[in-house]
This record gives sequence, C-alpha cells and structure tokens, in this order.
Amino acid sequence: MLTVATGNKAVAAAVKEAAPAVVAAYPITPQTEIVEQIAEYVSSGELKSQYIPVESEHSAMAACIGASVTGARTFTATSSHGLHYMHEMVNWAAGARLPIVMANVNRALGPGWNIWAEHTDAFQERDSGWLQVYVGSVQEAFDAVLMAFCIAEDERVLLPVMVNLDGFLLSHTMQPLEIEKAGDFIPPLHLPHAIDPQNPCGYGTLTGPDDYFRLRWDIERSMRDAVDVIRGTQERFARRFGRKYGMVDEYRCDDAEVVIVAAGTLGREAEVAVDLLRDEGTRAGSMRIRWFRPFPRLDLSGRDVVVIDRDYSFGFGGVLAKSIAATEGARPFSVIAGLGGQEVTYEDIAGFVRNRQPGRELWFGVNGDV
Amino acid sequence: MFEVRIHSRGGQGGVTAARLLALAAVRDGKYATAFPFYGAERRGAPVVSFVRIDDAPIRISSQIKKPDLVIVLDPSVMDVVDVLQGLKPGGRVLLNARERRDMKGYPTFTVDLTGIALREKLEVAGSPILNTPVLGALAKMGIVTMESAKSAITEMFSDPRNVSAAEAAYRELVA
Repeated sequence: MLTVATGNKAVAAAVKEAAPAVVAAYPITPQTEIVEQIAEYVSSGELKSQYIPVESEHSAMAACIGASVTGARTFTATSSHGLHYMHEMVNWAAGARLPIVMANVNRALGPGWNIWAEHTDAFQERDSGWLQVYVGSVQEAFDAVLMAFCIAEDERVLLPVMVNLDGFLLSHTMQPLEIEKAGDFIPPLHLPHAIDPQNPCGYGTLTGPDDYFRLRWDIERSMRDAVDVIRGTQERFARRFGRKYGMVDEYRCDDAEVVIVAAGTLGREAEVAVDLLRDEGTRAGSMRIRWFRPFPRLDLSGRDVVVIDRDYSFGFGGVLAKSIAATEGARPFSVIAGLGGQEVTYEDIAGFVRNRQPGRELWFGVNGDV
Repeated sequence: MFEVRIHSRGGQGGVTAARLLALAAVRDGKYATAFPFYGAERRGAPVVSFVRIDDAPIRISSQIKKPDLVIVLDPSVMDVVDVLQGLKPGGRVLLNARERRDMKGYPTFTVDLTGIALREKLEVAGSPILNTPVLGALAKMGIVTMESAKSAITEMFSDPRNVSAAEAAYRELVA
C-alpha cells in the first residue's frame, strides 16, 4: 500500500510487519512517535506484542535483553540521551549475542540542549558489537527495519542491529512509503542459546580471561560474517520487493575523479550536489555510507575524497573521515557539517568539493579551517 | 521540482496541510516530501512548512529557499514575517483572505478559507480548520488534481465536511 508517512511512522509500520513478541520502550524526542504508534498498534490489537512501558531507556534495553534470552523477538527505539542512558545494556545485548533490533533517531547530545540531527550519538556506540545501518529516506527506514530482523537473527550473526535515521530530517519528514507485507520474508527466530523459563536453572556469568577472550573473538568473527549475511539479505529483499541496497549506496561513481562520502540524509543530498558538479564539468560521484558496523570497504583509489561528518570525535577528528583514512589509506578533505541540525544544502556540498583541500579539516560555517 | 512554503501559526494545521498536499501529489503519481521547520515553536507562533513535488524521487532534505508557491494560511503573520522572501520571479501566492491584496506584483490567488471553515462548521477546539479546504484551492490552481485532493482528504479525515469545504474553496478561489 502506497501512502505518505514520516520516518517514525515507517519504522513503526515495519515493526508491525516483523511482529516482535516484546517491545519495551521509553519516549524521547524525536523518536517518540515510533513507540506511540507501536503502542497504538498493540492497543488496537493490530500487533500482538507484549508492550512494556518502562521507566527509563536503561530499563527498556534490560527488558529487551530479558525477553530476548528466552528466544523472543524484541524491538525498542531511542535517541541521543536515551541511547546513552542505556549504554551499559547496549554493550550487554551484544555480548550476550541477542538479536535485538533498535531504531535510533539520530540527535545531538547536550549541552547545549538540542533535539536536531547528528550522528555522534550512535557513532559513540561503535565499539559495542552492534551492527549499525544509516538510512537516507522514509522508504529505506521501513526496508532497513524489516531486513534488520533477518540479519540480527541469522545464526551466522546473532548480534543486535541498530537502524539509524536522522532526527526531523527523516523522523518527521513525510515521504512516499510503500508498506510491504512482510509475509515469510523474516524467518521465525531460533535462538540456539535461549533459556527455558519452564526449566529454570542457575547460570554463572563470571567468565575467566581465556573464555572471555574467545567470546570477544567470536563477536568479531560474526561481525565479519555479517557482511555476507547483509549482502544476501539485501539481495533477497531486492528480488522480493524490488528495491536494491548495498553496504554503501554509490551514485555516479564509475568514472568519478572526486567522491563525496557521507551518511544519512546528507548522503542523499550529496547526490544532487553530484549532478550540479557534473553539469559544471566536474566528474563527481557520491558514496552514502549505509552500514557503519561492519564498516564497508570503499573503492577510492586514485580519487579525491571529500568526507562530510555530521559527528565529531573531539581531539581526533570526523569519525567517517578518520575511519576512511585508516581503512583505505585515503587523504580526505574532512568537512564537519550539520552538527546539531545545522542546515547543509546541496549547494554547500558542491562548494566543499570545489574548494577541497585534501588532508585538511573544515568546520563548515564557523571558519574552523584547521 | 515544484517547491511550496506554507506560512501559518502553530496549531493552525500548516503541517497537516503540507502532508495533505504531498499525499495528493503522490495520488497524482508524483513524488513528494513534506516537512515542517522545527524550532522551539508554540501555539500561535509563526511557523513554516515545506512541500516538494517532482516527477523523480526527491533527494533534498534542506529547507526550501526559493519557493514556486507561497501559501499564507494566516495573513496576520505577514506583519512579522516576509512571506515573499525568496519567492521565484513569476512565483505564485495563495492567500487565505476575504479581500484581494497586492503582493508586490506576484500572481496572487485569494480565498476565504476561514469563512468556508466557519460556514461548514469545520472547527477543532473553536479554531477553524484551514488545511482541508486549502487543498481545493490548490486543485483549482492546478497544483494537484481535485480527484487526488479529495482522495488525500478522505484518507486522512472521515468527516465529509472536509471534502465539501475543499469543494467550496475550489469554487470560490479568486485569481
């Protein structure tokens, strides 16, 4: 069914299709509409989930963990300060190998108090063992949530997946949305290490160095295996629903001499900048980072690279720019832009490319040329 | 790409008007996005919403700087906001007003949406509903078809007075 919906409503509609057994959540701007809509589905009987309204985000993730260890499909949603309030449990979910799916509506961290888009909130969870995907449209938010359950619950992965969408720019923006019937697209969840509440027994979770080390390696092994699972799931999705997704969404890159790298809505806006630059005679292309964990490989050889980070790691640099410098040996022009919802247009992005200075860092709009 | 900026006051339904217009455009087989500018707005404060309509998927998320059409749901915002800012040469204005007024020479369309809403008893908490009748005026201007306008309204609102108000605005729009 084709409709017009916000990113938040798209996430909720996808969750309804995935029909998790348990949803535990706490509201926070700009995510609240997701859990409100899910609560409404549950209250009207359209979604047969156990909805647990908890007293905090820490409890939301703890409740998801408790449900998930019994083999139940679980979902929660959060944003910014909520994500960080649950930080301890975020790490626990991955360490316990629980395929929880969470939507995070990217929002800046305070102070100054700010409710607008920024990626630093989720990037700060990058070492937790969660897979992370960033979407660029309302439709992609819906599609990514459906696929997130398939990927998280695959026995080669069994790690939680975080679906990220830009605060307001997607969460509150209305775009066409095709609500697909998931049907059997998401196979039933079989958690091999599920506990059986009917057969209670004691578990000692204290783990010595040798076993702990092996468990950590096993997370990384699954993170590497996840690349194939992501590809396979995205191919299966394309065959079934007709929309193609990659680890990275490339646009006009084949003959590009300069490539713009960005995530989320900035990555989509960059495509319009590419068209503008091509009209001027610059062979530009763009790569929109979709999967941030596992981090993708990019074909950047012989090209100038302009990376736009809607995030920052203080004392280090833009997270995407530094990651790409490390993984690809690139010397990008690093642009820090859009923090706290700063307006960045395709014309601004085209300007970054025209005035690129490989190896340097620019703070857009504050003359912070370092 | 056709770009629309809607001026209203918080609580007057400007965001819903944007959504209705986007939905009607999608029912016409086009692509559309609708989004409000989110600041620290309160009921009664001047607010803006945006709509983009195109034949191809829309990749732009930034605000509209040079609209093709400006809709003013509450003319009193014109005392505090320059509603014509950035309006393209030849761009149009749709005013909710009883009387025609000059908008610096821009082609201006006038319809008394407030009067129509009051006549149709289309009110929420004592405030006239402007966002469903405005769709009729937009259909008359050729932005969307009337069929899609009605379809969008009935998908979002069950009260048939919304459609009759849109039909009244379609009839009463003055160029």
